[in-house]
Amino acid sequence: MSDAAPATTRTPFDTLAAAVPMLRVTERQARVWRRFWRTSAVTGVLMPLLFLGALGVGLGGLVDDNRSSVDGVDYLVFVAPGILAATAMQGAAGESLWPVMAGMKWVRTFHAAAATPLAPRDVFGGWLLWIAARQAMTATAFVVVAAVLGAIPSPWGVLAVPAAVLTGMAFGAPLTAFSGGQDSDLPFPLIMRFVVVPMFLFSGTFFPVDQLPDWLLPVAWVSPLWHGVELCRGATTGSLGWGPALGHVAYLAGWVAAGCWWGIRTFTRRLAA
Amino acid sequence: MSEPAGSASAPLIEAKALTKRFGEYVAVDGVDFTVQRGEVFGFLGPNGAGKTTTMRMIACVSPITDGELQVLGMSPMTDGPAIRARLGVVPQEDNLDTELTVWDNLVIYGRYFGLPMAQIRERATELLHFARLDDRRTSRVDPLSGGMKRRLIIARSLINRPELVLLDEPTTGLDPQARHLLWERLYRLKREGVTLVLTTHYMDEAEQLCDRLVIMDGGRIVAEGSPRQLIDRYCTREVVELRFALPEQQDAALPPLRALGERVEPLGDRVLLYTSHGDEALARVTGDGIRPDSVLVRRATLEDVFLTLTGRTLDE
Repeated sequence: MSDAAPATTRTPFDTLAAAVPMLRVTERQARVWRRFWRTSAVTGVLMPLLFLGALGVGLGGLVDDNRSSVDGVDYLVFVAPGILAATAMQGAAGESLWPVMAGMKWVRTFHAAAATPLAPRDVFGGWLLWIAARQAMTATAFVVVAAVLGAIPSPWGVLAVPAAVLTGMAFGAPLTAFSGGQDSDLPFPLIMRFVVVPMFLFSGTFFPVDQLPDWLLPVAWVSPLWHGVELCRGATTGSLGWGPALGHVAYLAGWVAAGCWWGIRTFTRRLAA
Repeated sequence: MSEPAGSASAPLIEAKALTKRFGEYVAVDGVDFTVQRGEVFGFLGPNGAGKTTTMRMIACVSPITDGELQVLGMSPMTDGPAIRARLGVVPQEDNLDTELTVWDNLVIYGRYFGLPMAQIRERATELLHFARLDDRRTSRVDPLSGGMKRRLIIARSLINRPELVLLDEPTTGLDPQARHLLWERLYRLKREGVTLVLTTHYMDEAEQLCDRLVIMDGGRIVAEGSPRQLIDRYCTREVVELRFALPEQQDAALPPLRALGERVEPLGDRVLLYTSHGDEALARVTGDGIRPDSVLVRRATLEDVFLTLTGRTLDE
């Protein structure tokens, strides 16, 4: 049934997808998302509004009345980047657990992809790239809404978008790698309860980590979310030096790199055994 | 990508002492076979015989442990993506994308092969028609019947215009009507010159579809040939099936039966009497005063070949 390649019109994306195979997996994700992008866009704007309204304005009013400022800024300004980073972590984690189990075991769409010229690393890479793209959309919406509400005093705030994406991927890469190697989803609720939620609360998201008891401080420093929050906050307030910024970026990038190495291994083991 | 070595007569698949081990377990134990261009080649055997593992090695998604394997003139070890680009794969378990429509399932699969969108749209339209799913284009996958899903998977496997299509248990779980429609579609592919390799544990499927087949059991190939050749070689032409009301009656009937046919095979619920002339043998059975509850004279099938070779039925 093979035939000489007919003269077919090629769009620029056709050429790009032919050259970078993992983009084909990302395209699959985009096609799924396309069916409910409106809902997703509405929540993308609504969620930051709710969080910033309740915490920044509501709780922040209370805090500011008593203390005048947190870390030298209004509570709204303090908490906005914390919520931004934490949302990126949660969003990425959500897409790295059950949906990966579905692709690998329940629906086996990863196996369908592995029967084509795509390699397991393309399936993994394309999946991660889409998580990054989703986090970029959510973070952009958040930063715009937060800026309108006056929560982002510095023009460096635009860098909070890539910072949030990096934070999300520091969770997305290792968690996708982990999920890809699992035989059941039993550990997933535990990860949400004992990793994601504690980090969400105690990584400098809602209050500075120096409020934590001394013995808990090292835990916060190890947490990738704390580095993500610091990076995002440094961008939105414009107060972070280059040295610490590079340190946070390197720490988060380390998690991404380790996650990618691990993920390519587990995906290869599962899809080409 | 270069053309496969040799002329049109070079085999599409060639396996020598092909072996797959998972730890201690030997799933495929040194099998030899070749598949020629244009034929329908089958692996017949019970579950656990090593059919699926063999298919996965051919499909370049499972590295071989030992032996040699050439697919389309290339080695799966080094040319996996290049081979997969020219294969169609119909897996045993449905793995259609339940988050996409019927149409998008075809489109994204074409994309996985790196095809340009204009070409994908053209082929997907043809393939929807081939699979008789024209009116299901915008439907999700979940509401489709089992037969429709299988047809969609077959259509999906053709999006890259493969030279070789691998079908693992293509009709397992389907009702007879859906199976026949599927077989008819596969015949059409064969007429178009596509080489088909399939696994099945249905002897009627193997007889209907395969030009040539191997019978597998316990990771080994126990026989090879066309369905007709295998029956001629390992079986008599006809079989008399006798069912008795009580097991004691069956046991009592065995000695006299052994004198009547070329071979007698007692099974749990019936006795098979192998003979070249079924009606004559049956007349002698009743002449001997053996009174079975019911009798059936039929042609020998691949099921009988399998029973002769392994002492077990295919669905055991």
